[in-house]
Amino acid sequence: MFELVFFSLLNGIVTGLLLFMLASGLTLIFSMMGVLNFAHASFYMLGAYFAYTVSLYLGFWVGLFVAPILVGILGALVERYGLRYVHRWGHVAELIFTFGLAFLIEEIVQFIWGKDTKAYHEPEILQFPLFTFFGQDFPAYKAFMLVVSIGIFVALLLVLTKSRVGLIIQAAITKPNMTAMLGHNVPLVFMGVFGAGCALAGLAGVIAGPALGTFPGMAVVLGSIVFVIVVVGGLGSLGGAFIASLLIGLLQTFAIALDYSVNDLLMVFNIETDVDSALRDLWTLSLPQVAPILPYLLLVLILIFRPTGLLGKRET
Amino acid sequence: MKIKSAIIAGAALAVVSAFSANAADAIKIGFIDPLSGPFAATGTNGFSQYQYAADTLVNEKGGVLGGRKFEIIGYDNKISPKESLVQLKRAIGEGVHYIVQGNSSGVANALTDAINKHNRRNPDNRVLFLNYSAVDPALTNEKCNFWHFRFDANADIKMNALTDAIKAESGIKKVYIIGQDYSFGKAVAAAAVKFLGEKRPDIEIVGNELHPIGKVKDFTPYATKIRASGADAVITGNWGADMVGLAKAIGDAGIDVPVYTYYAANDGITKTIGAAGKNKIRLVHEGPANPPSTEEYAAYHRGFKAKFPEKDISQFRIANVIQMLAAAMEKAGSDKPIDVARVLEGMEFTSLHGEKLVMRAEDHQLIQPVHISVHTDENITFDNDNSGFGLVTESTVSGPDTALPSTCKMKRPE
Repeated sequence: MFELVFFSLLNGIVTGLLLFMLASGLTLIFSMMGVLNFAHASFYMLGAYFAYTVSLYLGFWVGLFVAPILVGILGALVERYGLRYVHRWGHVAELIFTFGLAFLIEEIVQFIWGKDTKAYHEPEILQFPLFTFFGQDFPAYKAFMLVVSIGIFVALLLVLTKSRVGLIIQAAITKPNMTAMLGHNVPLVFMGVFGAGCALAGLAGVIAGPALGTFPGMAVVLGSIVFVIVVVGGLGSLGGAFIASLLIGLLQTFAIALDYSVNDLLMVFNIETDVDSALRDLWTLSLPQVAPILPYLLLVLILIFRPTGLLGKRET
Repeated sequence: MKIKSAIIAGAALAVVSAFSANAADAIKIGFIDPLSGPFAATGTNGFSQYQYAADTLVNEKGGVLGGRKFEIIGYDNKISPKESLVQLKRAIGEGVHYIVQGNSSGVANALTDAINKHNRRNPDNRVLFLNYSAVDPALTNEKCNFWHFRFDANADIKMNALTDAIKAESGIKKVYIIGQDYSFGKAVAAAAVKFLGEKRPDIEIVGNELHPIGKVKDFTPYATKIRASGADAVITGNWGADMVGLAKAIGDAGIDVPVYTYYAANDGITKTIGAAGKNKIRLVHEGPANPPSTEEYAAYHRGFKAKFPEKDISQFRIANVIQMLAAAMEKAGSDKPIDVARVLEGMEFTSLHGEKLVMRAEDHQLIQPVHISVHTDENITFDNDNSGFGLVTESTVSGPDTALPSTCKMKRPE
């Protein structure tokens, strides 16, 4: 049991931090521009595919740096020539624009790279078990993912709170008109933040590609969960996104690891269930089976009881 | 001189016109499978294998019934049963009497009903259904009919062979079953529990888990659970990205137990699993690739790779479909579906691998040797996905030993 808890804890943190890399960009874009970027996870997928292609010629490490930059530039271009143009018709148009973009990117990826899973592997230098505990290996690559994610969190925090750019961004988030009056180029800030957010998503894709598989469905698998994190954490709150990411990462791993059913819960309260009753499917429903819906359950509960999210300041 | 060249020209013309007459008289085989959409990779791969099999095994050897060729016509069903019925109508309208289909048992169930009905209503224009991959046991049991023939081993037969292999491994005491949460995953789990209970009652099933299909982003928590359960072996029916994710997670966690699978090869899967699954992943399938069985098969395989370097012979049974159909036509001396079907019933055939195949008359299920192979990069003659990794046969269950009783009660036409 201890072994299960230990590894679930580790895996939950790795998953959570990976989710944070996606959510941090999305939450900044959302709070600043008021746009729910549906294509955010698609940039994550592009990161993985770009890095895969680069790694074929120049190796993993070059891909690690080049791919996020490429994705960031692409994101900035999408903001400059797509979103900014669509913006004149309001938020709904922007929403639909990003929604269409997500499908477009998925089709383009399938068109260029095909439908097969790509053999994008970890660099050989990281292909060893970091440690073995109760006969189970913890891969060094997972530790690498952990380190990169924490590094990004710290760097983001420093940039946003300590640097001049961070101050302007924070100002633009809350009072865009006032910031523009003071002579700052707010559209440029928007473009930069959108590009940087996409680059972060791209980086998440680069490091997740070898671990979780590089295939055309990888954006869809993560897409909706990232929105949950943004809402649960609170709009525009980096700290909130961080806590929500870890929370959901741990929630998902532990729900799969622990084999409890509704029946067990009722047993605790000494309630007997009828084996032949029409509701027996409900009693035998186990935690691993409902694991995928738990984050959405959390989303609904948060919206009912705390609409601002965990650390958010304004309503969603 | 002039006369001579005129004669030659005339003879050449005669040959050309005779050839085109035969070509016009080709026997059409309708291939109804996904040629677009998310499963297009599997579909187009199968289509190439059909074209290659028809060309090399029939057309280049002089055709059937005195020189008539096989022509494979692709009909895209987008893996939808509804679309398949539309394509079936179209194929019949274009003079197709032989339908081949394999991807998805849902489609096969729709087609077998539709063809059965069509043949009852149109005795002059009957159609034969050659199912090369749909493995739902029902198709040759309660839903069997005279016009359906299955060339792949069904899901129960495969599990029977897998559990025979597990039976022989006395070191296996605990088994973990994991699969996708839909009809096929459930059928695999039920068959595994049933056969293990019969053959090795001492084996404890330490996990019987279904996960959402195509929605799991990280299989590590499942791998942790498998390790914590102390399982000595894993059984899974997973395919596609779910198979890759599971195999990677098991490899990364350093769990050193055999993983018995149905579909952990080809279409990018072998390449992605790579070294992580070496000597762990085992596959139940027909048609052994390594070590090469016969020179005849080796030549066939090399010829295919020369023509389609990016593809694989992922479904060897396609060659059996083409060869057995041609042989049945020759023996019947006719291309009428009813005559061919009567010969196919109970037909014995030796495949390119030199294996004995029997089309069981009572339910039209092909009885053939089934192999358990291991994923490795040692002693590989023919790899998959050009990755250096391939399947080496570890054990073989002979045809008669794989046969399971059928509940089929078939009505045969007069």
